[in-house]
Amino acid sequence: MIPFEYLRAGDPAEAVAAVAGRPGAAFLGGGTNLVDHMKLGVARPDLLVDVSRLPLDRVEETGSGLRIGAAVRNSDLAAHPLVRERYPVLARALLSGASGQLRNAATTAGNLLQRTRCPYFQDVTTPCNKRDPGSGCSAIGGYTRYHAILGASEHCVAVHPSDMAVAMLALDAVVIVLGPAGERALPLADLHRLPGDTPQRDTVLEHGELITAVELPDLPFARRSAYRKVRDRVSYSFALVSVAACLDLDGGAVRDVRLALGGVAHKPWRAALAEEALLGATVTEEAFRRAAEAELAAARPLHGNEFKVPMVRNAIVATLRDLAEEGR
Amino acid sequence: MDARITLRVDGRDRSLTVDTRTTLLDALRDHLSVTSPKKGCDHGQCGSCTVLLDGRRVVSCLTFAVAHDGADVTTAEGLVQEGEPHPVQRAFLEEDGFQCGFCTPGQICSAVGMLEEVKAGHPSRVTDDLTGPVTLDDEEIRERLSGNLCRCGAYVNIVAALREEADS
Repeated sequence: MIPFEYLRAGDPAEAVAAVAGRPGAAFLGGGTNLVDHMKLGVARPDLLVDVSRLPLDRVEETGSGLRIGAAVRNSDLAAHPLVRERYPVLARALLSGASGQLRNAATTAGNLLQRTRCPYFQDVTTPCNKRDPGSGCSAIGGYTRYHAILGASEHCVAVHPSDMAVAMLALDAVVIVLGPAGERALPLADLHRLPGDTPQRDTVLEHGELITAVELPDLPFARRSAYRKVRDRVSYSFALVSVAACLDLDGGAVRDVRLALGGVAHKPWRAALAEEALLGATVTEEAFRRAAEAELAAARPLHGNEFKVPMVRNAIVATLRDLAEEGR
Repeated sequence: MDARITLRVDGRDRSLTVDTRTTLLDALRDHLSVTSPKKGCDHGQCGSCTVLLDGRRVVSCLTFAVAHDGADVTTAEGLVQEGEPHPVQRAFLEEDGFQCGFCTPGQICSAVGMLEEVKAGHPSRVTDDLTGPVTLDDEEIRERLSGNLCRCGAYVNIVAALREEADS
């Protein structure tokens, strides 16, 4: 690990100025991903600006939803009474991620900005376009069990590892970002990017921009929502695939639906095609399956992760079926 | 780059100078000779370095000591009060909740933190009713302690030890 300076920021503007003014600087939240990457040589900041103690640790009602401070710990967010009551999909997603110890440290913004768990990205002895642009992709033709089936490129097939972000995407979350030029609001759907030919960039944020909050709009039917995570080990492991869903029924038909997928792409994946197919559809497993297949028509699995296509389809069907039965 | 920090460790104020690169785990073990938190994987995957940081369980290998100036740290050693083992420590002894013992201090700190979370009504992934009370059954214990690995495989007796705690 290279030597670094440490600065505990007094307020968000000071933190932004400190990082924006120095190319080698990085924000430090809970550290559960960044500290590990510094040990591994994947990240080499020469200044850490600690934002974990900024007064961004509250969950507040806004009148039109919920505002979650960037420094709210994953465990506190999952346990928050309003999250449990109004957005069970988010509580469930958070509780399915990592371990009790890690959720006590990890922050909301840090969870969104965690980097891929692609084993080649984390191993500095192997080529990786995300870590070392232009060096090649070791996963293509290599071990691909955990890799993307949607939206990948010839340069990178990594997936975004977050559970929380998948639920927030289904809930139409908006990210509040503070930069040197001021504040902006960004739909979470526009935060993460597909790899294209610049896989080193996970998000659209510029150096020095700081996420200060995540806003969830009011979505009454999210009270009927669920998160299903499929993985090799039942607890404390990353998703092979995951599904976040909110379902609103009108008798035997779908009045409204939100559907997002994890473990399938370089970003949390909003299943817009499946949502479109479901709107107005009669509630049957056949309709759920057709909707899933509409989303998966664009899937391009790799040699070694073909299983993900039927796994996603089945997970979508099972999640929607369970939600529909819950409402009967 | 060095930093001067103070930590309250197991009830004692300790001042030390650390390189900013020093993790909380290394500060405890190598600077303060508090060796009950163990270095297993050093990457946040095994849980053997678990301590209570300002009352909450965390892995001490994934955080820098410099970020915790003024913090209160309790290790498994500090759970002993006036020579008496903590009830969770006693339960591990009674139920034989370990074999080699390397993961045990982390298991115990994690369990103590977990019991506080249950007391506060925090649900887990396996809690059926997110807004209802939590019953700490075996499935809940296993889920809530999944961040602590035991390569001897003492899990069955660890669950038994905590079931005893949950019932008391």
